[in-house]
Amino acid sequence: MASAQGNPPISSGQRPRTGFPGLSGILLVVTAVLMLVNLYLIFMVAPTDSVLGHVQRIFYFHVPIAIVSFVAFFVVFVASIGYLVTRKSRWDSVAHAAAEMGVVFVSLALLTGIVWARPVWGVWWTWEPRLTTTLILWLIYVAYLMLRSYVPNKSQGALYAAGLGIIGFVDVPIVYYSVQWWRSIHPSAVVGPLADSGALEPVMQGVLFFSLGVFLLLFLYLLLERMHLRNVEDRLSSLRYASRMRR
Amino acid sequence: MRFFRPMATLVWKDLLLELRSRDIVVSALVFGLLVVVVFNFALQVSAERVTELAPGILWVAFAFAGTLAMSRAFVREREQGGFEGLLLAPVSRDAIFLGKVAVSFLFMLVIEAALLPVFAVLLNFTGFSLTLAAAILLATLGFATVGTLFSAIAVQTRSREVMLPVLFFPIILPVLIGAVEVSGAAIGSGPESGVVTRWLPLLAVFDAVFLVICPWIFSIIVEE
Repeated sequence: MASAQGNPPISSGQRPRTGFPGLSGILLVVTAVLMLVNLYLIFMVAPTDSVLGHVQRIFYFHVPIAIVSFVAFFVVFVASIGYLVTRKSRWDSVAHAAAEMGVVFVSLALLTGIVWARPVWGVWWTWEPRLTTTLILWLIYVAYLMLRSYVPNKSQGALYAAGLGIIGFVDVPIVYYSVQWWRSIHPSAVVGPLADSGALEPVMQGVLFFSLGVFLLLFLYLLLERMHLRNVEDRLSSLRYASRMRR
Repeated sequence: MRFFRPMATLVWKDLLLELRSRDIVVSALVFGLLVVVVFNFALQVSAERVTELAPGILWVAFAFAGTLAMSRAFVREREQGGFEGLLLAPVSRDAIFLGKVAVSFLFMLVIEAALLPVFAVLLNFTGFSLTLAAAILLATLGFATVGTLFSAIAVQTRSREVMLPVLFFPIILPVLIGAVEVSGAAIGSGPESGVVTRWLPLLAVFDAVFLVICPWIFSIIVEE
């Protein structure tokens, strides 16, 4: 803020009125500490799987990350409805930030899944319903981000994105079931996911839930940080616009 | 009447435009043929594998030709500023949307009806059955509904030719799967009667879902 002199009065000295930096600072510290604990739990405490060996530990990353990505897309869905109903730009920035985070997390879920599938199933990829649906999910939300950056008019882009955020989320269960029905007619050679068949040891389950909580915190932190960044970007562009008008 | 009159007018306007210029249907037809020829060489379609591969090739060709036709339909509106005029008219948004869906549906049906006999000859299948017709009708309705929404969106973006397929294909995937399944059974890749009774109602359900959501979203997001 030191170089703020000469700018339009909107920004003179005061911080943006969001409470994010304080809250997200605390969240950052808490998440970082818990993530270290989480790593310790995963690599030191959780027992080694008797069948799969050490490679099974990727499970404690893969499953929480995948769940967090679904949470993120649900947030996009809710925020899109909120935006269409209220037309408050705050909803839009929640939806945008959650979509970006969702794409990051779903990409990580796909990558960890591919790395895990190779030693366990013997293939990098199989067109199993869950995998296929996750891939389609990734495509839908990559398209969502593309749409956002390709619409020249910003408020129009927010509306279009909200529409896609709703129809995309409604489409996901339809995709899942149709791929499942399709699969049930052409049975695949590869067995479905082994690890989450329900027979999970209590310690493993505990570590899994802990990891899920930590990744949810990480998601929350990144979401708030991204929204804050977006606010700053918006202010910057309006300042640029204002100073260009003055000249 | 207040709903169907404007819709019919809209459909008639687009049909008339197409009858005079013929650029959408003809270009999509040629493109669809090209897809089949390319697939024939890419997949080495032999006589034994043709019933296995034909439904997939058929629907990829239909879907690509369809996206081409749908994106052209809105580009034409945009070039002449006709879309703003449409939105200014005292007509419900649903009527505009469903009119556009009807136009895309008709165009795609014409394209498919022209391509199907050619495909049947080129890919060596004899399947002019009621099942296949039902699959084509239902799947095309779903294509037209979702495609109209997304081409209305895509036409407002930079690089609109890319945007429509990128938005359209992930969402429409269930309809595409169903269409391929039913056509496969109709063409005769085995006596799988369960496939037809399972997928035809599902296709109808997908259409119903899209027919509810898409006009609603269209009426909200298209404003100015």
